[in-house]
Amino acid sequence: MQKLTVEAKADRLDEVIAFVDSFLEAQNCPMKAQMQIDLCVEEIFVNIANYAYPDTTGTAEIRIAAENGVAVLTFIDAGLPYDPLQRDAPDITLSAEEREIGGLGIFLVRKNTDTVFYCYEDGKNVLTITKAI
Amino acid sequence: MNIATEKENGTLTIMLSGKLDSTSAPELEKALTEQADGVTSLVFDLGELSYTSSAGLRVFLKARKMMRSRDDVRLIHTAPSVLEVLEMTGFTEIMTVEAAE
Repeated sequence: MQKLTVEAKADRLDEVIAFVDSFLEAQNCPMKAQMQIDLCVEEIFVNIANYAYPDTTGTAEIRIAAENGVAVLTFIDAGLPYDPLQRDAPDITLSAEEREIGGLGIFLVRKNTDTVFYCYEDGKNVLTITKAI
Repeated sequence: MNIATEKENGTLTIMLSGKLDSTSAPELEKALTEQADGVTSLVFDLGELSYTSSAGLRVFLKARKMMRSRDDVRLIHTAPSVLEVLEMTGFTEIMTVEAAE
Protein backbone atom coordinates (compact mmCIF):
# COMPACT_ATOMS: atom_id res chain seq x y z
CA MET A 1 0.00 0.00 0.00
CA GLN A 2 1.21 3.48 -0.82
CA LYS A 3 -0.16 6.75 0.42
CA LEU A 4 0.04 10.43 -0.36
CA THR A 5 -1.14 13.30 1.79
CA VAL A 6 -1.66 16.64 0.08
CA GLU A 7 -3.39 19.89 0.79
CA ALA A 8 -6.96 19.55 -0.47
CA LYS A 9 -6.62 22.14 -3.23
CA ALA A 10 -7.63 21.63 -6.85
CA ASP A 11 -4.23 22.84 -8.04
CA ARG A 12 -2.63 19.77 -6.44
CA LEU A 13 -4.49 17.49 -8.87
CA ASP A 14 -1.47 16.87 -11.12
CA GLU A 15 0.54 15.65 -8.14
CA VAL A 16 -2.25 13.26 -7.10
CA ILE A 17 -2.64 11.88 -10.64
CA ALA A 18 1.15 11.42 -10.97
CA PHE A 19 1.19 9.46 -7.70
CA VAL A 20 -1.65 7.17 -8.85
CA ASP A 21 -0.19 6.71 -12.35
CA SER A 22 3.24 5.73 -11.07
CA PHE A 23 1.66 3.09 -8.85
CA LEU A 24 -0.54 1.73 -11.65
CA GLU A 25 2.30 1.70 -14.16
CA ALA A 26 4.39 -0.39 -11.76
CA GLN A 27 1.45 -2.83 -11.68
CA ASN A 28 1.37 -2.99 -15.48
CA CYS A 29 -2.17 -1.70 -15.41
CA PRO A 30 -3.74 -1.55 -18.91
CA MET A 31 -3.89 1.99 -20.31
CA LYS A 32 -7.67 2.01 -20.55
CA ALA A 33 -8.20 1.03 -16.91
CA GLN A 34 -5.58 3.57 -15.88
CA MET A 35 -7.39 6.38 -17.67
CA GLN A 36 -10.69 5.35 -16.10
CA ILE A 37 -9.08 5.32 -12.66
CA ASP A 38 -7.48 8.73 -13.33
CA LEU A 39 -10.94 10.05 -14.16
CA CYS A 40 -12.34 8.77 -10.85
CA VAL A 41 -9.37 10.18 -8.93
CA GLU A 42 -9.90 13.60 -10.49
CA GLU A 43 -13.63 13.64 -9.75
CA ILE A 44 -13.19 12.55 -6.13
CA PHE A 45 -10.16 14.70 -5.32
CA VAL A 46 -11.63 17.84 -6.90
CA ASN A 47 -14.86 17.26 -4.96
CA ILE A 48 -12.90 17.13 -1.71
CA ALA A 49 -10.89 20.22 -2.73
CA ASN A 50 -14.04 22.18 -3.55
CA TYR A 51 -16.36 21.17 -0.74
CA ALA A 52 -14.68 19.49 2.23
CA TYR A 53 -13.14 22.56 3.83
CA PRO A 54 -15.33 25.58 3.05
CA ASP A 55 -13.91 28.01 5.61
CA THR A 56 -10.53 26.52 6.25
CA THR A 57 -7.85 24.43 4.62
CA GLY A 58 -7.14 20.79 5.25
CA THR A 59 -5.58 17.75 3.72
CA ALA A 60 -6.68 14.77 1.69
CA GLU A 61 -5.01 11.41 1.97
CA ILE A 62 -5.00 9.02 -0.96
CA ARG A 63 -4.14 5.37 -0.43
CA ILE A 64 -3.65 2.90 -3.22
CA ALA A 65 -3.05 -0.82 -3.22
CA ALA A 66 -3.47 -3.72 -5.62
CA GLU A 67 -4.32 -7.26 -4.71
CA ASN A 68 -5.34 -10.17 -6.91
CA GLY A 69 -5.67 -7.91 -9.91
CA VAL A 70 -7.90 -5.37 -8.19
CA ALA A 71 -6.85 -1.79 -7.50
CA VAL A 72 -8.18 -0.34 -4.26
CA LEU A 73 -8.10 3.42 -3.75
CA THR A 74 -9.16 5.18 -0.58
CA PHE A 75 -9.71 8.92 -0.16
CA ILE A 76 -9.74 10.33 3.35
CA ASP A 77 -10.47 13.88 4.49
CA ALA A 78 -11.37 15.46 7.80
CA GLY A 79 -13.74 18.01 6.31
CA LEU A 80 -17.52 18.34 6.46
CA PRO A 81 -19.26 14.96 6.63
CA TYR A 82 -20.47 14.33 3.10
CA ASP A 83 -21.59 11.13 1.43
CA PRO A 84 -21.41 11.74 -2.33
CA LEU A 85 -23.24 8.47 -2.97
CA GLN A 86 -26.41 9.95 -1.48
CA ARG A 87 -26.60 12.39 -4.31
CA ASP A 88 -29.26 11.59 -6.91
CA ALA A 89 -27.88 10.32 -10.19
CA PRO A 90 -28.30 12.91 -12.94
CA ASP A 91 -30.90 12.13 -15.58
CA ILE A 92 -28.76 11.57 -18.65
CA THR A 93 -31.77 11.32 -20.94
CA LEU A 94 -32.81 14.96 -20.52
CA SER A 95 -32.52 17.40 -23.41
CA ALA A 96 -29.70 19.94 -23.46
CA GLU A 97 -32.13 22.67 -22.40
CA GLU A 98 -33.33 20.71 -19.36
CA ARG A 99 -29.93 19.51 -18.22
CA GLU A 100 -28.16 21.15 -15.35
CA ILE A 101 -24.49 21.96 -15.46
CA GLY A 102 -22.84 19.74 -12.89
CA GLY A 103 -23.55 16.53 -10.99
CA LEU A 104 -21.80 14.25 -13.44
CA GLY A 105 -18.63 13.65 -11.44
CA ILE A 106 -19.84 11.02 -9.01
CA PHE A 107 -21.94 9.47 -11.77
CA LEU A 108 -18.72 8.91 -13.76
CA VAL A 109 -17.05 7.43 -10.67
CA ARG A 110 -19.84 4.87 -10.34
CA LYS A 111 -19.69 4.04 -14.04
CA ASN A 112 -15.93 3.54 -14.12
CA THR A 113 -15.41 1.46 -10.99
CA ASP A 114 -16.53 -1.97 -9.80
CA THR A 115 -17.47 -0.86 -6.28
CA VAL A 116 -17.74 2.45 -4.42
CA PHE A 117 -18.11 2.58 -0.67
CA TYR A 118 -18.44 5.54 1.69
CA CYS A 119 -18.24 5.72 5.44
CA TYR A 120 -17.69 8.39 8.07
CA GLU A 121 -15.42 7.29 10.85
CA ASP A 122 -13.30 8.99 13.51
CA GLY A 123 -14.38 12.37 12.18
CA LYS A 124 -13.29 11.56 8.64
CA ASN A 125 -14.88 10.95 5.27
CA VAL A 126 -13.58 7.69 3.84
CA LEU A 127 -14.44 6.87 0.23
CA THR A 128 -13.13 3.62 -1.23
CA ILE A 129 -13.27 2.56 -4.86
CA THR A 130 -12.19 -0.72 -6.41
CA LYS A 131 -11.56 -1.70 -9.98
CA ALA A 132 -10.14 -4.77 -11.67
CA ILE A 133 -6.90 -3.92 -13.50
CA MET B 1 -3.98 21.42 -22.70
CA ASN B 2 -3.58 23.66 -25.76
CA ILE B 3 -6.40 25.62 -27.35
CA ALA B 4 -6.44 27.07 -30.85
CA THR B 5 -9.44 28.87 -32.30
CA GLU B 6 -10.61 29.91 -35.73
CA LYS B 7 -13.70 31.94 -36.57
CA GLU B 8 -15.29 32.09 -39.99
CA ASN B 9 -18.80 33.17 -41.03
CA GLY B 10 -20.44 32.47 -37.70
CA THR B 11 -18.64 29.18 -37.17
CA LEU B 12 -16.19 29.01 -34.31
CA THR B 13 -13.78 26.09 -34.44
CA ILE B 14 -11.90 25.24 -31.26
CA MET B 15 -9.04 22.78 -31.51
CA LEU B 16 -8.06 21.08 -28.29
CA SER B 17 -5.02 19.01 -27.51
CA GLY B 18 -3.90 17.25 -24.35
CA LYS B 19 -6.14 16.70 -21.34
CA LEU B 20 -9.37 18.51 -20.60
CA ASP B 21 -9.55 18.37 -16.80
CA SER B 22 -10.57 20.62 -13.94
CA THR B 23 -7.31 22.54 -14.31
CA SER B 24 -7.69 23.24 -18.02
CA ALA B 25 -11.49 23.42 -18.41
CA PRO B 26 -11.68 27.06 -17.19
CA GLU B 27 -9.33 28.08 -20.06
CA LEU B 28 -11.70 26.50 -22.56
CA GLU B 29 -14.68 28.18 -20.96
CA LYS B 30 -12.89 31.52 -21.18
CA ALA B 31 -11.98 31.04 -24.86
CA LEU B 32 -15.57 30.07 -25.61
CA THR B 33 -17.12 33.02 -23.78
CA GLU B 34 -14.69 35.52 -25.27
CA GLN B 35 -15.35 34.45 -28.83
CA ALA B 36 -19.01 33.50 -28.74
CA ASP B 37 -20.24 36.81 -30.18
CA GLY B 38 -22.13 36.24 -33.43
CA VAL B 39 -21.37 32.52 -33.41
CA THR B 40 -24.20 30.28 -34.67
CA SER B 41 -22.24 27.07 -35.06
CA LEU B 42 -19.54 25.53 -32.89
CA VAL B 43 -17.00 22.89 -33.85
CA PHE B 44 -14.70 21.29 -31.30
CA ASP B 45 -11.87 19.45 -33.00
CA LEU B 46 -10.85 16.81 -30.46
CA GLY B 47 -8.32 15.04 -32.68
CA GLU B 48 -5.49 15.58 -30.20
CA LEU B 49 -7.54 15.33 -27.01
CA SER B 50 -6.94 12.17 -24.97
CA TYR B 51 -9.04 12.80 -21.86
CA THR B 52 -12.04 14.63 -20.50
CA SER B 53 -13.53 14.69 -17.02
CA SER B 54 -16.86 16.14 -15.86
CA ALA B 55 -15.17 19.56 -15.84
CA GLY B 56 -14.88 19.31 -19.62
CA LEU B 57 -18.44 18.01 -19.99
CA ARG B 58 -19.65 21.07 -18.11
CA VAL B 59 -18.09 23.33 -20.73
CA PHE B 60 -19.49 21.27 -23.62
CA LEU B 61 -22.96 21.50 -22.07
CA LYS B 62 -22.57 25.23 -21.58
CA ALA B 63 -21.54 25.51 -25.23
CA ARG B 64 -24.57 23.47 -26.27
CA LYS B 65 -26.89 25.71 -24.26
CA MET B 66 -25.48 28.72 -26.13
CA MET B 67 -26.50 27.19 -29.48
CA ARG B 68 -29.95 26.41 -30.83
CA SER B 69 -29.86 22.75 -31.77
CA ARG B 70 -27.73 19.64 -31.48
CA ASP B 71 -26.57 20.16 -35.07
CA ASP B 72 -25.01 23.49 -34.11
CA VAL B 73 -22.47 21.85 -31.79
CA ARG B 74 -20.15 19.30 -33.39
CA LEU B 75 -17.39 17.37 -31.67
CA ILE B 76 -15.18 15.91 -34.37
CA HIS B 77 -12.24 13.46 -34.53
CA THR B 78 -13.20 12.22 -31.06
CA ALA B 79 -10.78 9.63 -29.62
CA PRO B 80 -12.26 6.40 -28.15
CA SER B 81 -11.36 7.35 -24.55
CA VAL B 82 -13.23 10.65 -24.86
CA LEU B 83 -16.10 9.16 -26.85
CA GLU B 84 -16.71 6.63 -24.09
CA VAL B 85 -17.24 9.39 -21.52
CA LEU B 86 -19.58 11.27 -23.88
CA GLU B 87 -21.64 8.13 -24.51
CA MET B 88 -21.76 7.19 -20.85
CA THR B 89 -23.26 10.54 -19.93
CA GLY B 90 -25.73 10.80 -22.81
CA PHE B 91 -23.85 13.70 -24.40
CA THR B 92 -23.90 11.93 -27.76
CA GLU B 93 -27.68 12.49 -27.72
CA ILE B 94 -27.59 16.24 -27.15
CA MET B 95 -24.79 17.23 -29.52
CA THR B 96 -23.29 15.89 -32.73
CA VAL B 97 -20.34 13.67 -31.95
CA GLU B 98 -18.15 12.17 -34.66
CA ALA B 99 -15.54 9.55 -33.80
CA ALA B 100 -11.95 9.69 -35.02
CA GLU B 101 -11.37 7.64 -38.17
